[in-house]
Amino acid sequence: MMTGMTSAVAIHDLHFLLWLAAAWIALGFMGMLRPHTTRFIAHLLFPLGAILCLGVALLAGIFLATGHAPQMVILPLGLPNLPFHARLDTLTGFFLLLLGLAGAGISIFAAGYFRHGQGTPPGLLCLQYHVFLASMALVILADDAYFFMVAWETMALSSYFLVTSQHRIAEIRRAGFLYLLMAHVGALCILLSFGVLQGGRWQFTFDAMRGASLPPFWASAAFLLALLGFGAKAGLVPLHVWLPEAHPAAPSPVSAMMSGLMLSTAVYGMLRISFDLLHIRYWWWGVLVLGVGLFSALFGAIFATVQTDMKRLLAYSSIENIGVIFTGIGLAILFDASHLPLFAALALSAALIHSLNHSIFKSLLFLATGSVLHATNQRSLGKLGGLIRSMPWVATLALVGTLAIAGLPPLNGFVSEWLLLQSFLYTPQIPHAFLNMLIPLGAAVLALTAALAAYVMVKFYGVIFLGQHREPSLVNAHDADWLERIGLAWLALGCIAIGVMPQLALRAAGTVTGALLGQTVNLGSPFWWLAPIAPKQASYNGLLLLAGIVAVVSITFVVVRVLAHGRMRRTVPWDCGYPWQTSRMQDTAEGFGQPIRHIFGSFFGMERELPSPTDVAPRYRIHIEDRIWGVLYLPIARGVQRLADWVGLLQSGRLPIYLLYSFLTLIALLVFVL
Amino acid sequence: MHPSYMVTEVLNLLAASLLLISFAMLSRRRTQRLITLFAWQGLVLFASTLLVAYSSGLRELYYSAALTLLLKVIALPWILQRLIHRLGVQWDSETLVNIPTTMLVGLGLVIFAFGLAQPISRMATTITRNTIGIALAVIFLAFLMMITRRKAVTQVIGFLAMENGLFFAATSATYGMPMVIELGIALDLLIGFFILGIFFFQIREQFDSLDLSNMEALKED
Repeated sequence: MMTGMTSAVAIHDLHFLLWLAAAWIALGFMGMLRPHTTRFIAHLLFPLGAILCLGVALLAGIFLATGHAPQMVILPLGLPNLPFHARLDTLTGFFLLLLGLAGAGISIFAAGYFRHGQGTPPGLLCLQYHVFLASMALVILADDAYFFMVAWETMALSSYFLVTSQHRIAEIRRAGFLYLLMAHVGALCILLSFGVLQGGRWQFTFDAMRGASLPPFWASAAFLLALLGFGAKAGLVPLHVWLPEAHPAAPSPVSAMMSGLMLSTAVYGMLRISFDLLHIRYWWWGVLVLGVGLFSALFGAIFATVQTDMKRLLAYSSIENIGVIFTGIGLAILFDASHLPLFAALALSAALIHSLNHSIFKSLLFLATGSVLHATNQRSLGKLGGLIRSMPWVATLALVGTLAIAGLPPLNGFVSEWLLLQSFLYTPQIPHAFLNMLIPLGAAVLALTAALAAYVMVKFYGVIFLGQHREPSLVNAHDADWLERIGLAWLALGCIAIGVMPQLALRAAGTVTGALLGQTVNLGSPFWWLAPIAPKQASYNGLLLLAGIVAVVSITFVVVRVLAHGRMRRTVPWDCGYPWQTSRMQDTAEGFGQPIRHIFGSFFGMERELPSPTDVAPRYRIHIEDRIWGVLYLPIARGVQRLADWVGLLQSGRLPIYLLYSFLTLIALLVFVL
Repeated sequence: MHPSYMVTEVLNLLAASLLLISFAMLSRRRTQRLITLFAWQGLVLFASTLLVAYSSGLRELYYSAALTLLLKVIALPWILQRLIHRLGVQWDSETLVNIPTTMLVGLGLVIFAFGLAQPISRMATTITRNTIGIALAVIFLAFLMMITRRKAVTQVIGFLAMENGLFFAATSATYGMPMVIELGIALDLLIGFFILGIFFFQIREQFDSLDLSNMEALKED
């Protein structure tokens, strides 16, 4: 590494990034020096980790803004004759930027959050946390299959330990196991995909894979394996089952990291293989990814509407957002295979910016649920409510994230969904008659998803922060401490900044599309305007919109204040003539989701317990299940069980029988030799 | 008579008696008798190793023979005796499967072993090459004995007898293994034996008997 530094000045960005990743690991081990001193770990190590995140973001940002030439280095690590290769190109830079920006907010929040101490000692958490961060950075930086898989598995394992940090709870252990299982199934698919990609030359550097021009069958095999592997990590339906279990089980900063950052590494891997390592893309790949993406998006949104646990709700919302991102990737593949590079660049930009946005607003919301969880010890939406009064900071900052994820302008969620819908508008140029008829339906599904996502967010915010306290203990809920506030505010700022200045994000994405597709969308328009194809087609100005909103709101405020009575009056709302009211009478999470549950009833496996009219202590209970379990996973589990039962017949428990097995094996082998 | 011819004949005689002892072990019911037979087997092994050492002039084989005498003729039978006295199982008898059937299976195994040994014998250059078949047969018979027995002590004797067969096979095929390996095996045998001795007491404590059929209860359903 040192020799490279002296010989070429141009590649020092990559070295710095690698050193930063190493520094994360070092920070983690420093946490082990005094594993029980929460002050040392929370007030020193986690903020240092956040500074390193900022460093990564800064370096990646500078790289994207200035030089785009890929930088490569061979590390003196790994096996003999199989060293680790690392590479920094624009795709890497973009995802490192994402990692750094969101990671900084999460780390600074974690400094406040882990202070209270969770099941695992804080020093161990610090180690696992920073190894997780570093492994994600290394996944993105890796330039050969071996290094990639090592980093990928490190990421899976460290996050598994983080998920199970409260391992005394059986449910959490179960969720952790499911996560580990799915992670390994996915990793196996990725490994096989790399095995196909090397094309019989047994060279595992990405450079060699770029050169291996695979025949169509093997290229498709590699692509499908990659889709399975990265889909399992990203949580595409039907490989999403671990996600709603593992995300709620983890401590909130970890949920934020997994949802915001780790899912993005899966997106990165998918892009790396489909747009960089494979030399060709076929149109039906795009259709497949588009279909899976749209279905995941709709599925996630629908399931999110009926959740009653706030973290599960966000986990389903992650499935929805990943679906949206993969929809963009699918469109990009489709456009690229149809030789429409400009529109491919538009769709890919939308996918990239949505990844960036998702990492920011989803982290923000998960962290906000963490603050709520700490303040109230409640995860169930049915026992929250009215927290805007006791937790104004968290409520305000979470509102920004809620609006962003709901796709409202002038925040960042709007930008990427707008770009994606824009790219749907150009699909009639694809030279396939059938697809031209079908894809508009996809656009409709996407629009439905966006609307449902907004519905979900109204539910999320309304039930937690608005209305009356559903439990008397909520009055004592305390607001987040200053470190947590900084973390939340940083992410909220990110939502606003990208929403108001989407041109910056589009430029960053443009460097990626330029490298992968040889084409960028229109970046030459005036700085504050976003007009990806041509200004006369469609354009958007976040700042102008923000100014408009601010102006309208302030004028209204002033007008009301001056012209009307101008005094604030608190009074009891009209109670419809009831003699008394309790907080139990407000709309509940179940009630709010009921219409959607009704409309999309066939999606769910529902189990309802309706109380009888004569019941003195009536209880209403509903249990909603994923149908995928019954359709896909339980048959597999039963098959494995049956196979295991057959194998179990061998195990009679009698020693002579066991001896006979080895004796017969010996005889059989000897006969074979004979 | 030519001395090497004489040596070969005596070796064949010793090998034949090894096989005979193996069959005898297969048919004995009493633990006490088995230990005696095991000691005899060791003694025959010692004699044959000594003879091979004399005829080949390899000094290492003298050490091997001495080790055999010490370990398999004196130490192990003595420890086993003490063990079964302590456990009070010296006159335990076992209900064997069916001695004639076992004998017939054993005969089949001997034929198989000879068939198996033929190509090896052709390649070997030792004077003992004709006895490789017997060595393999001894291994198989010991294994068969382990399968048909139910008591923990007899299992161990079967295991030790199998090691005897392996040792004999090594001596007859290649004039024994390198000394280091042989020492290692001897040590393994001794330590393994001690561990099994401890297990005896544990098993008895747990099940009030050394009958291994009790272990079926350990299986999870």
